[in-house]
Amino acid sequence: MDKLLHVSGLTMRFGGLLAVNNVALDVYEKEIISIIGPNGAGKTTVFNCLTGFYKPTAGQIIYRGEPLQQLPGHIISRKGMVRTFQHVRLFKDMTVIENLLVAQHRHLNTGFLAGLFKTASFRQAEQQGVERASAWLERIGLSEFANREAGNLAYGQQRRLEIARCMMTQPNLLMLDEPAAGLNPAETAELDELIVELRDKHQVSVLLIEHDMKLVMGISDRIYVVNQGCPLADGTPEQIQSNPEVIKAYLGEF
Amino acid sequence: MSEQFYYFLQQILNGVTIGSTYALIAIGYTMVYGIIGMINFAHGEVYMLGSYAAFFVLAGLAMVGIDSLPLLLIAAFSLSIIITSAYGWSIERVAYRPLRGGNRLIPLISAIGMSIFLQNFVRLAQGSRDIAMPSLITGGWTIGPADGFNITLSYMQVVIFVVTFLSMTALTLFISKSRMGRACRACAEDIGMANLLGINTNKVISITFVIGAALAAVAGVLLGMYYGVINPYLGFMAGLKAFTAAVLGGIGSIPGAVLGGLLLGIAEAITAGYFSTEYKDVVSFGLLCFVLLFMPTGILGKPEVEKV
Repeated sequence: MDKLLHVSGLTMRFGGLLAVNNVALDVYEKEIISIIGPNGAGKTTVFNCLTGFYKPTAGQIIYRGEPLQQLPGHIISRKGMVRTFQHVRLFKDMTVIENLLVAQHRHLNTGFLAGLFKTASFRQAEQQGVERASAWLERIGLSEFANREAGNLAYGQQRRLEIARCMMTQPNLLMLDEPAAGLNPAETAELDELIVELRDKHQVSVLLIEHDMKLVMGISDRIYVVNQGCPLADGTPEQIQSNPEVIKAYLGEF
Repeated sequence: MSEQFYYFLQQILNGVTIGSTYALIAIGYTMVYGIIGMINFAHGEVYMLGSYAAFFVLAGLAMVGIDSLPLLLIAAFSLSIIITSAYGWSIERVAYRPLRGGNRLIPLISAIGMSIFLQNFVRLAQGSRDIAMPSLITGGWTIGPADGFNITLSYMQVVIFVVTFLSMTALTLFISKSRMGRACRACAEDIGMANLLGINTNKVISITFVIGAALAAVAGVLLGMYYGVINPYLGFMAGLKAFTAAVLGGIGSIPGAVLGGLLLGIAEAITAGYFSTEYKDVVSFGLLCFVLLFMPTGILGKPEVEKV
């Protein structure tokens, strides 16, 4: 298995606050990795550093052998890394299918003149884009809503659409920030299935931040635990569940 | 039909004429605001540059002896659009892009600086006197009774309606149907997310400035020919009026800019026709104050939701 992402010594300081302290992380191909930790542990800050939202104070982020620091967001995305946020960030005024098409923007790009004259290659690319989008709509059960405004979908549907939209960029690494937040148990089970399918069928690695322990323990290949910005433990779900340090961080001392 | 009705109709016609050019300029304000949330106060100057570019094209062609009307019009519009778009693109590159990501106030100050610079640049290069724009399209129709008030509809007014309508249609098609238009809409909703999905947002922003400048150039050519004179200061007032139109319609909304422009033009024409020409600016800016106080999101604008 090839190493997709290598993070070492990642540190993020906001003034006097040390939000992330010396975090190390490795993601290999076709893996589901979870980052867990109590609220305020710095999990989302790690995500923000990885996707270029924050400039980390120190540390190395190597994605497929290349450093990622200082790259603009669209270049990071084009290299195959894409993320979601804790809250839904769909283009709410655009239709469901448009949300999926716009994420394929660079794959559909055939030049301005081609678009102006609607050349054969332009139409073909557009057609393929629509087909890819429809296949995903079918998979997440939103085909009948293709022309509805994304903002009018139910919350669980919006969550699924967001994941499909990420998949439109044809990523190698998908980073999901609390995808199960606000979902009911049935929807969480569907999400569980979808994430596993991303790994097994679409050969995508998933880096997951999640509080739903049933979901995390069920699907993760490996888990990293962060507490107050510091790495606490890492290992398989079984190792994590029996790690006394982790239990202490979550439940306090007995 | 009564004389009063003809008179009223005449004011509406005049209002729609001027209003549609306000709308063309207002689109530039509203699109830029929609995507990067700043007011490009140099946009009025871009419109003025459009007028000057058209003047030079027309004067140059007249010197080499070309006097075919369609050729002159096509050359004036297309060259003015190209030159003015280049200005729009450069303004963004030079004055706004290096400041992006900082406080919102900073690009605003830079925009005011850019406006002063462009105005004085044209004043130094071309002089501050009025320049007569060749009036290519003269004449018109007169409708009404033989005695009493007649409605005059000049051919130039018709050209303004038609060109504005065509520009708006082209813009609407671009925004709703093309890939780049789709990317523009995505950026207007959430530019950070669009960037993370692989859209080169810098390119989208540049294109927005180019489109805004192109529409301002169209307005510049039209109004230059309609009024017959241009000077380096005309961008200031036109810019303020178009800004008012954009706010009136709801800043960030393209249909809003069109609606705001038309309403503002009609309000001005009615004031000029029934009260006094001197008061038309008072009404315009009074309207701006009213909108800002009582309906800050404008007619078609959406309340800005605080992003977490």
